[in-house]
Amino acid sequence: MEPIIRLENVSFSYKINEKTKVSVLKNISFSIIPGEYVAIIGHNGSGKSTLSKHLNGILTPDNGDVWVHGNNTKDTNNKRSIRQTVGTVFQHPDNQIVATIVEEDVAFGLENIEVPREEMKKRVDEALNVVKMSQFRHRPPHHLSGGQKQRVAIAGVLAMHPDCIVFDEATSMLDSFGRKEVLQVMRKMNNMGMTIITVTHHMSEAAEADRIIVIEDGQIVMDAPPREIFKHKQELKNLQLEVPSVSQMAEGIHQQFPDFSTELIQEDEFIDEVMKFSKVEVI
Amino acid sequence: MGARPIIQVENLSHTYMKGTPLEHVALKGANLYVEEGECIAIIGHTGSGKSTLIQHFNGLMRPESGKVIIDGVDLSKKKVDVKTLRQKVGLVFQNPEDQIFEKIIGDDIAYGPFKLGLPLKEVRERVKWAMSVVGLDFEQMKDRQTFALSGGQKRKVALAGILALKPKILVLDEPTAGLDPKSRNELLEKIKRLNREEKLTVIFVSHNMEEVAMLADRIYVMAGGKDVLCGTPKEIFTDKEKLQLHHIGTPETVQVLYRLTDLGYKVSVDAFSISEATEEIIKVLHGTKEDLEDVQRV
Ligand SMILES: Nc1ncnc2c1ncn2[C@@H]1O[C@H](COP(=O)(O)OP(=O)(O)OP(=O)(O)O)[C@@H](O)[C@H]1O
Ligand SMILES: Nc1ncnc2c1ncn2[C@@H]1O[C@H](COP(=O)(O)OP(=O)(O)OP(=O)(O)O)[C@@H](O)[C@H]1O
Ligand SMILES: [Mg+2]
Ligand SMILES: [Mg+2]
Repeated sequence: MEPIIRLENVSFSYKINEKTKVSVLKNISFSIIPGEYVAIIGHNGSGKSTLSKHLNGILTPDNGDVWVHGNNTKDTNNKRSIRQTVGTVFQHPDNQIVATIVEEDVAFGLENIEVPREEMKKRVDEALNVVKMSQFRHRPPHHLSGGQKQRVAIAGVLAMHPDCIVFDEATSMLDSFGRKEVLQVMRKMNNMGMTIITVTHHMSEAAEADRIIVIEDGQIVMDAPPREIFKHKQELKNLQLEVPSVSQMAEGIHQQFPDFSTELIQEDEFIDEVMKFSKVEVI
Repeated sequence: MGARPIIQVENLSHTYMKGTPLEHVALKGANLYVEEGECIAIIGHTGSGKSTLIQHFNGLMRPESGKVIIDGVDLSKKKVDVKTLRQKVGLVFQNPEDQIFEKIIGDDIAYGPFKLGLPLKEVRERVKWAMSVVGLDFEQMKDRQTFALSGGQKRKVALAGILALKPKILVLDEPTAGLDPKSRNELLEKIKRLNREEKLTVIFVSHNMEEVAMLADRIYVMAGGKDVLCGTPKEIFTDKEKLQLHHIGTPETVQVLYRLTDLGYKVSVDAFSISEATEEIIKVLHGTKEDLEDVQRV
């Protein structure tokens, strides 16, 4: 299938001033297929947000190219259609607030692409509903709590109905229930065909994806399904990462019971394995 | 309650933008006390008033009604020595960008200690120490520009700036949000040590129940601008009814143990860390294996 996003030999440096440059992305290549659910992990400063900003042309590479549906992000004529294809929820919700009222903030992107009034209203209602912020629609977004701002930021991108959403640590200020709700939304959108790319420091969240890309010092060091990635416990540790809690527990149990699987990454699987191991009643 | 609490909040209320059409009640009669040397976690849903509550502790917000007494100083009084208060209470905001002002990382972290009038050598030592606590390499990062940082790096700089003040009371709003697993674990270990060994009083707001279980002596649960529950991690996380009533999450380990309990396994849910929870499961697996052998023998 034709990739929705394709990076070829992408390099990027931030220019601090005339003399100093910080080289961040180093010759990165990969493709995302429509409908994929990809998690990007890596330690602080490894380049995840910089990479995310390349996926819809907020930043463009110094060397190499990024194509979105075959359109090069460097070509300014493509800007509009690229932003419509790939929406980004930034790491920092304050940087995303553009209006003085929540519902206008959520509608902002829709006005830009001239969505008809009726349709706009419908989409804003829907998006605010999904993130459970409907009762805040008339409040000023910069006067909200941290988690509320994050929810509004998510709504703004959902309302755009893009083909792909990039979530850059979009749930960092949410409680475990809020985070689960957003994960469910991601899963649901993905099931309906939307491409999901999520940057996260929560390994149990990354375990939900179909594919994990591990970034270190601006390069891809691993790219595989979660089950494969989380086999590399020591390598992940060296990269300042870890495996999900249930994988750690499975490992501990395995030391006592060698038949207990170490390849568990999700809670449900872990529970099933414990049950399989202790079928007293069945006998 | 033994000694005089170092923080005492009584019936505290706060309304944002009072008297305007945008008026919003954020706190309505919150209570809390903290004894010297305690480590307290404040948890609760988005918008429950956690950040608003803790911004009262260093005088950033003044009690609109109700009382806030910090180390004997009543903040509802007109004349409060805010400078001394800020020296005593170090508060790290939920959003680190609200806290970083200087252009260069080293200068930003040095700002507080410098203002305290400490000798340069001491300032430098403190900056070094604070950067090591948060896991920022001194030589590599001290001259880097603050605007040119990743999200996690910004949080580390903001944390270091407050730690360098060596406050008596450390107040942290979501200290580990956006930190990678290693940085998070190391920071938590260090905060725990400062609390246990140097008797630093710590109050932290968190959505991460792993760290709440690991660090807190007591937990306050906020809902709708009020404290609705308070107890030790053991009291809170083992009370299934209350967890459900107040919609409180648990560490992932405890969640697994609850599920096993529901399936009829005799595990104790009072095992928060990965190693404790693993032990607990190993115990029942040993048990069931023995039961199994008994059954087979019969
Ligand atoms: N605007 C900027 N100007 C200059 N350098 C920057 C800028 N933003 C980030 N950097 C630097 O680029 C590197 C990668 O930053 P990036 O934000 O992509 O990391 P990240 O992987 O998203 O980290 P985190 O997990 O902390 O969010 C870091 O070393 C950072 O200091
Ligand atoms: N500056 C402000 N102006 C008006 N209302 C505000 C302001 N800051 C917060 N609020 C409102 O006050 C309530 C409490 O906010 P607060 O920031 O204390 O919540 P919180 O418990 O810290 O939430 P979170 O977990 O999302 O950070 C929220 O409903 C919020 O919308
Ligand atoms: Mg980032
Ligand atoms: Mg808050």
